Amino acid sequence: PIRHSESVPNVAVNVDLQTDATLQVDISDALSERDKVKFTVHTKSTLPNFKQNEFSVVRQHEEFIWLHDSFVENEDYAGFIIPPAPPRPDFDASREKLQKLGEGEGSMTKEEFTKMKQELEAEYLAIFKKTVAMHEVFLCRVAAHPVLRKDLNFHVFLEYNQDLSVRGKNKKEKLEDFFKNVVKSADGVIVAGVKDVDDFFEHEKTFLLEYHNRVKDASIKSDRMIRSHKSKLHIPFPHLFPHLFPHLFPHLFVRFFLKVSELFEKTRKIEARVAADEDLKLADLLKYYLRESQAAKDLLYRRGRALVDYENANKALDKARAKNKDVLQAETTQQVCCQKFEKISESAKQELIDFKTRRVAAFRKNLVELAELELKHAKGNLQLLQSCLAVLKGDT
Amino acid sequence: MDPPLPVSTSEPDKDIFSGPRAEPLNNPLSETAAEQLKAVSGASSKAKGDVPVEEAGSEEPDDLFSDPLGESGAELETHTSNAPLLDFSEEPPKSDPIKKAASADDYIKKPQKDIFEESTEDGVKAAAAHVGSVAAEKKVLHTDLFGDGVDDDEDKDDLFKTPPGAMMKKPQASLFRAEPDDIFPEAKTEAKPATKASAKQPNNAPTDLFTEEPFTVMPAARAAVKPAAIPSANTSSKTNGLHSDEEDLFAEATVELSLDSPRNDRRKRDAMKPSEPVPCPSTSTSSSKPQPKKLEELEEEEKEDKFDLNISVTNPEKVGDGMNAYMAYRVSTQTTLSMFRSKQLTVRRRFSDFLGLYEKLSEKHSPNGYIVPPAPEKSILGMTKVKVGKEDLSSDEFVERRRAALERYLQRVVSHPSLLQDPDVREFLEKEELPRAVSTQALSGAGFLKMINKATDAVSKMTIKMNESDVWFEEKLQEVESEDQQLRKLHGMVESLVNHRKELSVNTAVFAKSVAMLGSSEDNTALSRALSQLAEVEDRIEQLHQDQAANDFFIFAELLADYIRLLGAVRACFDQRMKAWQRWQDGQNMLQKKREAEAKLLWANKPEKLQQAKDEIGEWEGRVSQYERDFDRVSATVRKEVMRFEKEKTRDFKKQIIKYLQSLLHSEQQLIKYWEAFLPEAKAIA
Repeated sequence: PIRHSESVPNVAVNVDLQTDATLQVDISDALSERDKVKFTVHTKSTLPNFKQNEFSVVRQHEEFIWLHDSFVENEDYAGFIIPPAPPRPDFDASREKLQKLGEGEGSMTKEEFTKMKQELEAEYLAIFKKTVAMHEVFLCRVAAHPVLRKDLNFHVFLEYNQDLSVRGKNKKEKLEDFFKNVVKSADGVIVAGVKDVDDFFEHEKTFLLEYHNRVKDASIKSDRMIRSHKSKLHIPFPHLFPHLFPHLFPHLFVRFFLKVSELFEKTRKIEARVAADEDLKLADLLKYYLRESQAAKDLLYRRGRALVDYENANKALDKARAKNKDVLQAETTQQVCCQKFEKISESAKQELIDFKTRRVAAFRKNLVELAELELKHAKGNLQLLQSCLAVLKGDT
Repeated sequence: MDPPLPVSTSEPDKDIFSGPRAEPLNNPLSETAAEQLKAVSGASSKAKGDVPVEEAGSEEPDDLFSDPLGESGAELETHTSNAPLLDFSEEPPKSDPIKKAASADDYIKKPQKDIFEESTEDGVKAAAAHVGSVAAEKKVLHTDLFGDGVDDDEDKDDLFKTPPGAMMKKPQASLFRAEPDDIFPEAKTEAKPATKASAKQPNNAPTDLFTEEPFTVMPAARAAVKPAAIPSANTSSKTNGLHSDEEDLFAEATVELSLDSPRNDRRKRDAMKPSEPVPCPSTSTSSSKPQPKKLEELEEEEKEDKFDLNISVTNPEKVGDGMNAYMAYRVSTQTTLSMFRSKQLTVRRRFSDFLGLYEKLSEKHSPNGYIVPPAPEKSILGMTKVKVGKEDLSSDEFVERRRAALERYLQRVVSHPSLLQDPDVREFLEKEELPRAVSTQALSGAGFLKMINKATDAVSKMTIKMNESDVWFEEKLQEVESEDQQLRKLHGMVESLVNHRKELSVNTAVFAKSVAMLGSSEDNTALSRALSQLAEVEDRIEQLHQDQAANDFFIFAELLADYIRLLGAVRACFDQRMKAWQRWQDGQNMLQKKREAEAKLLWANKPEKLQQAKDEIGEWEGRVSQYERDFDRVSATVRKEVMRFEKEKTRDFKKQIIKYLQSLLHSEQQLIKYWEAFLPEAKAIA
């Protein structure tokens, strides 16, 4: 088990719009066990509905999902962009590698083994931290939301110090979800085809459709780029230098090549940092906005659906009036649909504006940090190279 | 060696050495300086004729060597015959310029000391060389004297039992560098033919050499050795026999120095000659005079480019069409070397010309133990693409790769002092039209090399395992083999690094496009702008990755590939040594048979056939000693070549690594520039 107890690295994909001291949530600790991760959710609050001002509970990923789903399913929240659920912790790849390493222990030198092990552990830890961060971001977003923060389920999630005994969805439910999704996306196409009366929403709709696809593409491509960057680092080329050079130059220039090996070793570490930071600042940002834009799209879908319902109710009402039959019922339905649509529209507009503000702020923050880190690393490399070259050139 | 030889063979040898040898010594030092030498050489030449074989073999060496080898004298007493060589191997490091005086001092503790005190790096070195060769000589003598294989082998073992490390590095290089070779301008041109000739008819070569080179190091060397050796004039005469051994050393040395400014040298030398008449130890002047210059040269040697010859291969150009098309390259030479007809030479050569050059050089120099740099390999696939004329990236890359490889190849050839002297090299660089190299059409450089390797492998497999007489060679060969493995491993890694970087570059380009698209759909203006800036940064980084991949490849991977092939050439030169050894062994077996035949005849009392048998024995004794000399010569060359190779290798790697680091440095600088330009854009997002 790997414990992560330092405060979560600033995977500040999330930029809180309103910082509010009345409810602050973070993940203070996390413990990775064989097949699950236990997050310690720490809450500080002055809200009256909590028994204490400060408390912690242990939660698992499934409970986060449960909370998220409860938001999605709540009709009252149809007008909100539901904060995207954190991705499922996935250590399988990393674990597998560690295991393989263990099997290959005999075939490597001790030094190589330790090095590889350290690297894989670092990789594992990075994934772990990211997982923790993503879960934290979800909670922070909820806690910062003017309505969702008051949600009862959320409070239970934060305060109830027992297992919520949430179970994962069984096969039948998963199948249902799948069909729901198929229907939803088919429906989404129909709904999307409906011309919106409101220019704002019409514009948002076109924007989000395109944006989502492109952010998805960018996210995939950035992942691929970073993956190839990391796999380049896995070539044992530089760290084999110290082993190789003595063979190549048994008597000569030992110092020279030691220096070079040392340099490669160091620059490689820096490059690993570069890849990790790009992952954190760029890939994660894009990934988050992939999910967030999906959530925004969902909101537009719900609104579109409500609009279609409302229009259908209008038609039904017209028909009922023409036939003078069931008019009252049609009127009620039309009323309900109208209210629903208007309620969604009202909050959705603000939500979408907020989404944009948040997005711009998050991109700014991350891109600035990315550029600064890139500069820092490049300068570090530059300095290493310069000083090494100075030594090597002087060393004839 | 000759004097001790039995009558039958001594004749040709006598001719060779008695006449010319005296001459060179006399000629150059024509004036007063010559006197002492003359006396010496006179004595020696006289002695040569006279001295009884037994004496030469058993006693003289002691006398000869006990003097110069002051410290190791004790050792000498015990193994008379091998000590000199031992010393030879140990001595050179001491003759390193800095310690020179001291070592000279140690070296000769005789009255003649003062002569050497100022002196004579070359003197000492030549002395060392001489001592070494004398030893070799003596060994032969020994063999001949006792005529039985066993004794022989033992002897040989001892001879080569040099402490593995001791001999190395500097000695050889400095030894040869220091020779005052330029004195013999003609020698330079003649050296090669002479060497060549010597390979075939070793007996003649020395003669040529020495007549051609009126007074070479020999005087100096002799001068250095002689005083020590004087007590036994006849041993010094024996040293003469050695010439075949030394001849390429001198040819080599000539080359080396001529790289500086031969004419200057000569002038200095000429100027110096008149001053030689200086009274007493005239020898000391002759050897000490060049001294200062020597030092300069040494220093120059240390600098990377002492070497005044720049070759570039440029302007690859497709000539002709279809499958008959070929690539021609412009080979430009810039040099101040007087051996070339002008300072700027430009010729056009096609790929097969390069292969042809390699084959010629390899044929001539490989058997002598030289490491002949292999030409780039023929690539049917790559060339076919070029021929078909697809103007795609890979064929451009192929052409550039080949151009660079050809350039490196030529640079390696001309940086080899002996190969530079080869008339074929000069012809290649100078001559307007070369005869078409026909044989290369079917045979690529690699194929050729492989063939050689196969052939030699077969030879070495067939023959009984050579009981390695010299640990040094055994260890080196092992080193070379493990080096080969390591290089291949490293090469594989660099290649995968190149591939990964290319992949990264492609992925970065793709990402850049994707970000640009994202930027275009972003509806916040500042963010949209920043994203398209980010796309631009990523685009540039993609270019950096691409450049770096090219650097990985051209600076690193190609270097490793070159050295993998060069190691093949190194192994080939070990094989050549083995061949020479085998020939010698076969010769000895034959001689043994002839002796047994003679013994039978004696026993059977058939005097009529006895004379013929004796003649045959004499003939074979001559051959055997020639083979042995060949083997010693090839061994010495291999040793020298390997040292040279290692030195070059270290320098090459060092140079390339620095170049590589500089390319990385450049990348980082660019990277910083790009991100610095981006940062304000990111901050401007609002």
